[in-house]
Amino acid sequence: MAEQDTTKYIVSTNPHAHSGDSVQRIMLDVIIALIPATLLSFHFFGWHAVRLVTACVVGCVGIEVICRKLMGRDLGITDLSAVVTGLLLAFNLPPSLPCGMALVGCVFAIAIAKQLFGGIGYNPFNPALIGRVALLISFPVAMTKWHAPLNTARWAALNWVDGTTTATPLGAVKTAISMGQPSPVAWGNTSMLNYMLGNMSGCIGEVSALALIVGGLYLLYRRCISWHIPVAYIGTVAAFAAILRILQPDANMPVLFHLLSGGLMLGAIFMATDMVTSPLTKKGMLVFGIGCGLLTMVIRRWGGYPEGVSFAIILMNAITPLINRATRPRVFGRKSVRA
Amino acid sequence: MDINNILITSGAIGGVGLTCGTALALAAKFLAVKEDPRVEAMDEILPGANCGGCGFAGCADYAKAVVLDGAAINLCAPGGNEVLELIAEAMGQEASAEEKRVAVVMCAGDSEKAPRKHLYNGVADCTAAAAVAGGDKLCKYGCLGYGSCARVCPSGAIEFKNGVAIVHPDLCISCSACVRACPRNLIKMVPVSKTIHVVCSSKDKGPIVKKACQVGCIGCRMCLKLAGDAFEMEGFLALRNYDIPVENELIVEKCPGKCIVKCGASEAPSPEATEPTPSEPSTEPAEATTEGQT
Amino acid sequence: MKATKAKFKFDGGIHPAYHKELARDRAIETMPIPALLRVSMSQHLGAPAKPLVKKGDTVKRGQCIGEAAGFISAAVHAPTSGTIKEVGTAPTAMGTSAAFIAIEPDGEDAWIEGLEGIADWQNADTKALIAKVAAAGIAGMGGAGFPTNVKLSPPPDKPIDTLILNGAECEPYLTADHRLMVEHAEQIWTGCQIVRKVLGAKHVHIAIEDNKPEAIAAMEQAMEGADDDASISILKTEYPQGAEKQQIYATTGREVPSGGLPMDVGCVVENVGTTLAVWDAVVNGKPLTERVTTVTGMPVSEPKNVLGRIGIPYSDLLDFCGGLKADVAKIISGGPMMGLAQPGLDATTTKTTSGLLFLAPQETQTFRSMPCIACGRCVGACPMYLVPAELSQMLEAEDYEAAEELNVLDCIECGCCAFACPAHRPLVQHMKQGKSKVMLKRRQAQKK
Repeated sequence: MAEQDTTKYIVSTNPHAHSGDSVQRIMLDVIIALIPATLLSFHFFGWHAVRLVTACVVGCVGIEVICRKLMGRDLGITDLSAVVTGLLLAFNLPPSLPCGMALVGCVFAIAIAKQLFGGIGYNPFNPALIGRVALLISFPVAMTKWHAPLNTARWAALNWVDGTTTATPLGAVKTAISMGQPSPVAWGNTSMLNYMLGNMSGCIGEVSALALIVGGLYLLYRRCISWHIPVAYIGTVAAFAAILRILQPDANMPVLFHLLSGGLMLGAIFMATDMVTSPLTKKGMLVFGIGCGLLTMVIRRWGGYPEGVSFAIILMNAITPLINRATRPRVFGRKSVRA
Repeated sequence: MDINNILITSGAIGGVGLTCGTALALAAKFLAVKEDPRVEAMDEILPGANCGGCGFAGCADYAKAVVLDGAAINLCAPGGNEVLELIAEAMGQEASAEEKRVAVVMCAGDSEKAPRKHLYNGVADCTAAAAVAGGDKLCKYGCLGYGSCARVCPSGAIEFKNGVAIVHPDLCISCSACVRACPRNLIKMVPVSKTIHVVCSSKDKGPIVKKACQVGCIGCRMCLKLAGDAFEMEGFLALRNYDIPVENELIVEKCPGKCIVKCGASEAPSPEATEPTPSEPSTEPAEATTEGQT
Repeated sequence: MKATKAKFKFDGGIHPAYHKELARDRAIETMPIPALLRVSMSQHLGAPAKPLVKKGDTVKRGQCIGEAAGFISAAVHAPTSGTIKEVGTAPTAMGTSAAFIAIEPDGEDAWIEGLEGIADWQNADTKALIAKVAAAGIAGMGGAGFPTNVKLSPPPDKPIDTLILNGAECEPYLTADHRLMVEHAEQIWTGCQIVRKVLGAKHVHIAIEDNKPEAIAAMEQAMEGADDDASISILKTEYPQGAEKQQIYATTGREVPSGGLPMDVGCVVENVGTTLAVWDAVVNGKPLTERVTTVTGMPVSEPKNVLGRIGIPYSDLLDFCGGLKADVAKIISGGPMMGLAQPGLDATTTKTTSGLLFLAPQETQTFRSMPCIACGRCVGACPMYLVPAELSQMLEAEDYEAAEELNVLDCIECGCCAFACPAHRPLVQHMKQGKSKVMLKRRQAQKK
């Protein structure tokens, strides 16, 4: 109540106690959890990561403000959800993408995927992913131009030196396999350690599995996410990859490579666990995670794109209401789910 | 490109189209739902507001009820006499014209005049607010101001001024949706020409009313003394008897509770309410003249 | 007696901040009779009692001043001797008006004559025992106020094999039941045995949450030498362990069917305060005229467990506890999870007033109708396994049919969902409104 009338008491229905959690606090926790990955992206991609993160966060918040004003609603940016969307969108962009294109992604993410549906809570799809996919389809060349991480010495390099472009590990291996060539990437422990740390080409935020896992553990500790979606997602990918590897060792990549080299960690820990677009029940979350894992692997193995995390999550977002419906718990004292 | 490919493709698509078209045509012939043409005609007559004021699910439902089940023909309030006559003609019945009725909120206790007893925190809906500790207004009969009536109004005729609902008579389509929505039963349907109302619904005794509201009926019976049968008492509350015109309009100023008001005077009134009829002396205020008509 | 040490639990639930330390160690204090008592005629579930006295009458303590009107109803007795000042209506803690009898005490506090207990209750007739309970006007003192004599007379086709004594007191802040168990364990155990005899229940479970070790110890001591079918079930501290259905499930593993009563699964749950009242009624013949109420909260000068007569105005109750020492934003009759917020201190205590809680502005969380972000916390918290997130959105859109299909009527309004909701949505209010709308619709359908 805005009114400050000390002679009158507040009256509401029960309960009069509250856990003290808020949407804002959850979003703040997600931002905190993204800090390690953000810092590592700055380390690996230097100025370009700083530039993209700033552009996306400012762009998303700005577009949210404009949309809310146009719709005549209260701004509601204090819930920090636009900041989270901005960060996640930036994480999903290749380092050399121009800021203008990133802003187009912001418009898709906030204006079309979120506010057109009514704002926070009403969007059926993860806004950041819609932003990324819209960019991927609109600017296929710019969105698939990858660079090897910079040396720390060249941290402040403002432009990419010609010839530094390279494919992502997933892309390189997929191309090689499809052409029947030997894998261009070594499966040794050193390269896996590099993938773990993030010393590889890829989207600025997806490269460091370690930083993302640290962030995920923080979210688990804060109870912002439950283990169900990440574990089901990563577990399914691992199981699927293991089966493929056993059946056709030459035509498939090792399990650890699947887990670490692409956007799986970012997707499983931060994108698929987006509350609004994932199921309500624990059972539903498991179904959702398994579905994401299967679709990711199908796209990676048989699809046109080397990476399938974004499409997999968006497709599963679409059936989240169905999963909710199918996984409603049996009500206490009733035999069946329905009345 | 091989010409065969083109032929096969067009043949296949044409075949699919032909099959589906035939199936649709057959379905239309055999599965057609026969609708009474009179019902359709009746549906055309009705205004299509789907307000539910007649008590049926919508205009189509009412049309069916009138034609097939012999429902009363005078239930469509938004349509007014015009529609009533058309229905009567179609049904071959006698139309008895009635004056248009509009909704009036029988409470004037706005946020300055009627204090609140607590700070309500919850769903912004009158029914919800009324269920929590009996509503947040000190007066347990007064308008809570959370807009349940305005939300159901199909014509946007209800506005909130200072926390109390006001119906614009010229926008009201007489559907009574607000009457059903108000948890405190404050809204009454009143003949449009009547503009003097007792805008209080408190059945409490005078002292309690005085404490709860500056514009409440204290049951002093002054209106009965000044305007006779145009008012009647129900317990400690004066009610307007709309069958009898108010002769002495002084009561509007004299009412000690300040709860007898003349509406339409300050706001834009509907033309019927203000136009003095030629038969009446023009010196009299417009209100009184129209009061006299019925 | 068989001691049970297992930690019993139901599924769902929440862990609020309990704040029981405010009044937990304060022994029960008897409050002097105030200048005026206003006794409500509807202190129980069911039909209000019918007043038997009129203005000017003099009454004695324990005299029946309101008779039970109907099968589910309870008698009301004068809490002290004095003169009837008024028979009228006054606000209740529910916020509605109800019939009240105002008594001006004469200071003598004399009991009405002819009250006699059944000392040899072990060999007494069951019907006589039930009649004693009915005559004493006992209603469930845990909060719901279901007339106890009705609970004690289950139909013959519903045999009761288990009696559960509810000492969970899962509501934060409240300590009245805890103090009763610590200070009156023996009487409670006797009352419990009377109820057990009436019901013919083989098993007795004393259900106490593990945050009340003192109460557990006191009850263990009182039950020394009891048979092996009686045991203490230690419940894991979690809200709402005290809710009937959850408690039955936690202690026996039985699920009360939807829309059913505990007796459908052979159980009866009685609050510890109720059994104490049963002991007083049967052994001493005394009607229910007083109860223990916890007056607590950060702004209260001296939080206390007050033994007071029924009908004490809340303002007098607060004065007895030294008034306020800080600002108050919310006054709650009952506990913070299911209690009723009060517009002021005008209401009076009833047989079900377990607590009077004052919350400071900084502890008060307000509801905001923000959009649901589908976090699913309400789903995990709901002890009835409902999906409050979906239900509340349906109810906001006034889709009562869909809500009915998703079992909105099974909601027990415990408040777990709204407690857990990070969007601060007024979920319980949605449920309450939805339930009343669905019930209304069903009643209308029945009429047709």
